[in-house]
Amino acid sequence: MTVLDAKTTTSQKKPPSASAPRRRRTGTLSEKIGSDRFVYLLAAPVFVIILFFVVIPMAQTALFSTQGNGLASNYGTFFSGSSASALLLSVGISMASVVLCGILGTLLAVLLTRFEFPGRKALEVFALLPMALPPLIGAVSFVLLYSETGIVPRALHLWLGIPAASTSVTGIAGVLLVHTFTMYPFFYLSVSAGLAGLDSSLESAAANLGAGKIRIWATVLLPMLTPALVSGALLTFMISMASFTAPQLYNVQTLTMQIVSTRTSGAHELAAAQSTILSIVSILFLVSMRWYQGRRIHRSLSKGTQRDRAVSTGPVRYVAMIGSTVVSAVLLAPVLVIILVSFSIDSSWTTQVIPDQYTLQNYIRIFTDPRSLLPINVSVQMSLLATLAAALIGAAAAWIVARWKLGGKTVLDIAIMLPWALPGTVIGVNMVTAFNEPSPTNLGLTLVGTLWILPVAYFVRYVPLIFRSTGASLDQIDPSLEEAARNLGATPLRVLRTVTVPLIAKGILAGALLAFVDGVGEYVASVVIYPAGYVPMSVEIYNRIYSAEFGSAAAYGSLQIILILIVLIISNTLQRGRRTTKPRTTKSAALAAAPLS
Amino acid sequence: MISVSLENVSKTYGDNPPTITMDLTIESGEFFTLLGPSGCGKSTMLRMIAGFIQPSSGIIRFGDSDVTRTPPNRRDTGMVFQNYALFPHMSVAQNVAYGLNVRKVDKKEKAARIDNALAQVGLAGYAGRRIDELSGGQQQRVALARAVVISPSVLLLDEPLSNLDAKLREETRVQIRQVQRAAGITGIYVTHDQAEAMAMSDRIAVLEGGRVHQVAAPREIYHRPATAFVARFIGRSNVLPVTVLGSDATTVTVDLPGGSRMDVPKAPDLRPSAGDPAALSIRPEVLRFTDGPSPLLRGTVRAAEFTGASVTYEVSMEDLTVNVTAPDHANGPQIGDSVGMTCDPDRVWLVQR
Repeated sequence: MTVLDAKTTTSQKKPPSASAPRRRRTGTLSEKIGSDRFVYLLAAPVFVIILFFVVIPMAQTALFSTQGNGLASNYGTFFSGSSASALLLSVGISMASVVLCGILGTLLAVLLTRFEFPGRKALEVFALLPMALPPLIGAVSFVLLYSETGIVPRALHLWLGIPAASTSVTGIAGVLLVHTFTMYPFFYLSVSAGLAGLDSSLESAAANLGAGKIRIWATVLLPMLTPALVSGALLTFMISMASFTAPQLYNVQTLTMQIVSTRTSGAHELAAAQSTILSIVSILFLVSMRWYQGRRIHRSLSKGTQRDRAVSTGPVRYVAMIGSTVVSAVLLAPVLVIILVSFSIDSSWTTQVIPDQYTLQNYIRIFTDPRSLLPINVSVQMSLLATLAAALIGAAAAWIVARWKLGGKTVLDIAIMLPWALPGTVIGVNMVTAFNEPSPTNLGLTLVGTLWILPVAYFVRYVPLIFRSTGASLDQIDPSLEEAARNLGATPLRVLRTVTVPLIAKGILAGALLAFVDGVGEYVASVVIYPAGYVPMSVEIYNRIYSAEFGSAAAYGSLQIILILIVLIISNTLQRGRRTTKPRTTKSAALAAAPLS
Repeated sequence: MISVSLENVSKTYGDNPPTITMDLTIESGEFFTLLGPSGCGKSTMLRMIAGFIQPSSGIIRFGDSDVTRTPPNRRDTGMVFQNYALFPHMSVAQNVAYGLNVRKVDKKEKAARIDNALAQVGLAGYAGRRIDELSGGQQQRVALARAVVISPSVLLLDEPLSNLDAKLREETRVQIRQVQRAAGITGIYVTHDQAEAMAMSDRIAVLEGGRVHQVAAPREIYHRPATAFVARFIGRSNVLPVTVLGSDATTVTVDLPGGSRMDVPKAPDLRPSAGDPAALSIRPEVLRFTDGPSPLLRGTVRAAEFTGASVTYEVSMEDLTVNVTAPDHANGPQIGDSVGMTCDPDRVWLVQR
């Protein structure tokens, strides 16, 4: 039998002599930290990195907004000039987007989880397609489909003689169209997760007590779904506020557009002020979302059970069949149009409904012409670099937050989630402001004009993604597993290596894969920061669209879509490979993976 | 084998008064149970011994060495968790091997010890199984094997049977005792199930609200509870409020509800004086019905619960209810009958109210 003698074992960093007099002391701090010192040791470097790349750059932008003509002048210009109306426009568009996405997403969720009709299975798959669209390509596909020169108005003109101008969707309506069809999954996913988590016996109980269908919805189902609706709404609002690609393509002067055009015109201080205002709005939403989710109200006490779907019969069946075919077609159209156009010859598509000349040249050129291959290389390599760093830091941060027992946990949590709430445009501005020239706050690190600014910005944008997916896996590990390993004699580092990391590896990998594809498709921050000579893929797509080279632009886009689809399939397989399969985790992982436009 | 002592150990949260205070010694080699209702602090206590929670004050000793500030991985305890805490990404053998790997036991010896430990818990041949292929009872035994294979100085068990069904629980508790005895390890067991505690333990500490009510052998705790709480918590007991009328060296005279007097044995450390309120613990099986002219207690039968060998009657007195367990026979009292009850004074116990 092993004789236990704490004084002779010396593997701990502090020499026993130094710690001996402290033994009798009853400090609350050491009491709370207890055996978890390691968590706090690791927290220091992680926190410094987050501080250096996330928090300080944001503070730098805020500080910079007080320079030039001074704080009063910059913000005075903001609230009296076009920026104020841009802010109002952004808020208005975001609120409208919430309503439209709420209606579409909730309807789809209810239809798909509660009813059985022909074409339901296909619609269920297509409902998630918007997730496979990179932000820029998503917006581009809607322009190709519904703008005045788009396929649908031209087809209507050709077949029915309606002038294209009267059926085309442009301006604010165009932005709302893109938002509705790319952001409804936030509602769709959270509401269908909410419905799946509902205990069907609640409905039976209400019916048993004499409630009719409408009353059950009003008094039981909707109150139970409120958390799902509210988090869907907050998420949609935040992402609409951050939206840049749709306003850019439809030339709508939202606040994000204003920031970029103000910067381009050289009024850097005003742009900083605009960024700061937008940051504040986004952070308010992040904090209110955390607060709301923290309340955890109206949770079913029992496990959710799948309720039988109501089967449609008679004429309803045919209406449902036609309806689901139309909706499927609408959802599928953006992806199909990108793939179709990718085979068209550049500049050959002028007034026809769809392109009439096709070729494989666009793809061949991408892989044979070094100049065309460069954007792919830039995006893939920079995204890979950023993903590796984000996986390391994001996973470590998730573990630290999960095991943190002292106060201030929320601060750390919010600091890491911050870039998730910040619009890409703002992150771009923050990077440019903080790493423009050597200064004490950036420790002499200058990134502007170098290739390095891309991976740093991607790292900042995607750290929260890995942080969340790792956090979700950590939540599924019982803390007693780590305690059991400690109890069997393993040091904290060994516990991490042999128990914790193997158990969360899939979560880290899933998050990292999504971060990688999002990085490859990143446009919003890239367009603000990319260095001359190194054009990222999405910026190249925009440039080609701008010069009407739709074919090759769509070819890049198709490659992005294929990459995203591959990754979605891999991460789904990863989730399913888990021994305890919970449908909820797949949905929440998909939610976390939502591309930020 | 090693003794464990908790010297004035307390745990305080915030500025509140201590939620747990404890001063006791667990003898080397004994099987000691911390028993109490949920929230009594028994698990916190066990986790302090394991090193997962730091006490606010006091010293924890294993043998002579102070381990209060020793991290859990250097305490050399083997712990069986309530939810087993088996590593889901490892096989049965890998789970059992974990502590041996940490201790760098050489390959040959390791294999032998794993085989031996699995055989001891009746799982020989399960070495290659995945954890999720095992039943709850089997998982529990893997957890036990994993904890004892490292030959720890102390075996800690945190309600290890609470997730098993009744029959399996009885089988497993026998197995736990066998393994603990065979390995000669000091065992500390946490449970809220008094029957389990009585069946398994050498000694029991009864806890409530972070306070130790009594530390004694099961028989002593059952027959001579130290407080009214212990009397109520262990088995079923009628705890009657009484008033002390007087006492001598070995007996105390008390005034029962209803006016009767009774001479009852005096606990050595009890110093009652006339007029003190006290409580009398009478087990239901000690009370019996009597037709005699001056019964100790009188009441009306309100309910009768047939349990097979015996019947438990609920008898209401003026403002309290007592239970009487009597062998089942045809001409027992009926519901609504007025009955008189009596008992053997040597089988009752006076406790503080």
